[in-house]
Amino acid sequence: MSEPFASTRRKFLARTGALGITAGTASPPLAQTAQPPNVPEWMRAPGEPVLWRKYGLPSEFEQNVVRRFNPTRRMKVPGEGPSYTPLQDLHGTITPSGLVFERHHSGIPNIDPAQHRLMVHGLVKQPMVFSIEDLARFPSVSRIYFLECSGNTNTEYRAPVAKSVQESHGLFSNCEWTGVMLSTILEQVGLQPDAHWILAEGADAAAMTRSVPIAKCLDDAMLVYTQNGEALRPEQGYPLRLLLPGWEGNMSIKWLRRIKVASEPFMTREETSKYTDLMPDGRSRQFSFVMEAKSVITFPSAGHKLKERGFYEISGLAWSGSGRISRVHVSIDGGRNWREAQIQEPILSRAAVRFSLPWRWEGGEAILQSRVIDETGYVQPTRQQIISVRGTGPWFYHNNAIQSWKVSPSGEITNVHT
Amino acid sequence: MFIRDCVMFSIAATAAAATMAQGYGIGKKATDKEIAGWNIDIAPDGKGLPAGSGNVALGKEIYDQKCAACHGAKGEGTPADELVGGAGSLKTKPVRTIGSFWPYATTVYDYVYRSMPYTNPQSLTANETYAVTAYLLHLNGIVGADAVMDASSLPKVQMPNRAGFFVLGGTDTANRACTAECK
Repeated sequence: MSEPFASTRRKFLARTGALGITAGTASPPLAQTAQPPNVPEWMRAPGEPVLWRKYGLPSEFEQNVVRRFNPTRRMKVPGEGPSYTPLQDLHGTITPSGLVFERHHSGIPNIDPAQHRLMVHGLVKQPMVFSIEDLARFPSVSRIYFLECSGNTNTEYRAPVAKSVQESHGLFSNCEWTGVMLSTILEQVGLQPDAHWILAEGADAAAMTRSVPIAKCLDDAMLVYTQNGEALRPEQGYPLRLLLPGWEGNMSIKWLRRIKVASEPFMTREETSKYTDLMPDGRSRQFSFVMEAKSVITFPSAGHKLKERGFYEISGLAWSGSGRISRVHVSIDGGRNWREAQIQEPILSRAAVRFSLPWRWEGGEAILQSRVIDETGYVQPTRQQIISVRGTGPWFYHNNAIQSWKVSPSGEITNVHT
Repeated sequence: MFIRDCVMFSIAATAAAATMAQGYGIGKKATDKEIAGWNIDIAPDGKGLPAGSGNVALGKEIYDQKCAACHGAKGEGTPADELVGGAGSLKTKPVRTIGSFWPYATTVYDYVYRSMPYTNPQSLTANETYAVTAYLLHLNGIVGADAVMDASSLPKVQMPNRAGFFVLGGTDTANRACTAECK
């Protein structure tokens, strides 16, 4: 009788550590008993039973693929701050719900959906209160959109400090969202003629609020209760969040409890003292809602190591808050020459695309960059081009600069500025 | 067959249109009492400010007790945000505080009430919230030690950085899609 599977697995894990291309150091060889011509142990006895886990989890060998804090960011108080999506370990375009980045301002509330209500009032013809069941009765739509914190990549404008693409670009995720169009709800309550803005308010302890122009609300704004086919995760606003495609993530208010329609913006703390862009002349750009076109190579990226010369596929993500992606260029010489990358279908408005370029590494130094062009003709800028207009902060949202990864002759990948 | 399909489609479309014309009829009307309990936002013109008032002295008492542990004895910050100082710093080495950066005094009331104290938000009374707001404005040298804040006086407070914001309404960066021998 062979030993129980779990015990074998633990020993295997202890020997090899997590698999995958993520490790910066060479993995130890696989257990010889599992490799040809030997028959692996897991073929010699039945595995775990059906319903081993009622809600599935990733393989134990993938336990390195997790959200993380950014070590360069100071946590002010418990419940405040971001966690980052491990983009270096993900493929395709959809971010698994459990790996979607977080940014909370006063913790994650534990909301009973039967008790949760959305109030819509202010400059409307009939103020209303909706339960989650009510909202799910309205015609629903499912759409894929990216979500990006406007503070994404904000550690990088002065010096290349991030140790991975998770730290540099991990306040970015891309999911399928299901819910009711906000326009449907606003039609039901009826807008008064001077309705130009809404205030969206969360049911967290921060009672997070942002003002949103009515045009966006009537365009593509959604009230979502589902993410990647299942109920929103608590960290993502369960049971209801606002989703404003392509706009700074902070505005997609989680745990949405109230929409107040008004004629003017409310000038909340989050849209005055935060989420404004201080310029070198001392004035601040306000209501910079759109997350402009951005791309980043996720493989190879900082922390990866190329173990041998030969073929590699350079791969990354591109997106634009202004619409669809038109083209992505990739450079392997620090931006001197660029080649057109292949973009995988589907190309959806305000959603991530996966791009790729075949590459043969001959063992020399290379600086890898990607540059996206969206359907408006906007070309992703360099860091120098952004700094020439906006200065270097110290506060900096909306950093959509071209990212550089340096490949050293030893195959190490590091984060650099050019 | 084709004609029948068209007729069937027509009936279905008519039924859908009739359904829409009646509205969805989902949800319930919000009562004044329900709205009053949740309607906590304060607009920059002061709309939404409740009755009551508070002065700097009471604000100091509340601040020392409920705010100083995170924001410092005099609002200097750490672990949480600094609330005081930074006047005139925005062009050089920016320190963004209520005094140096916030454009509206009403936002202080709104934010303190809805989000603070961090461990017990929406717990301050209107008088207490006015008082804390008065004290924070006083620490920043914006109102005097004898200031009293209420629904009339608070919207009139002139914040130093009131004119410090603009809306761009477009992009401010430019690149071109050079592909060969680029600089």
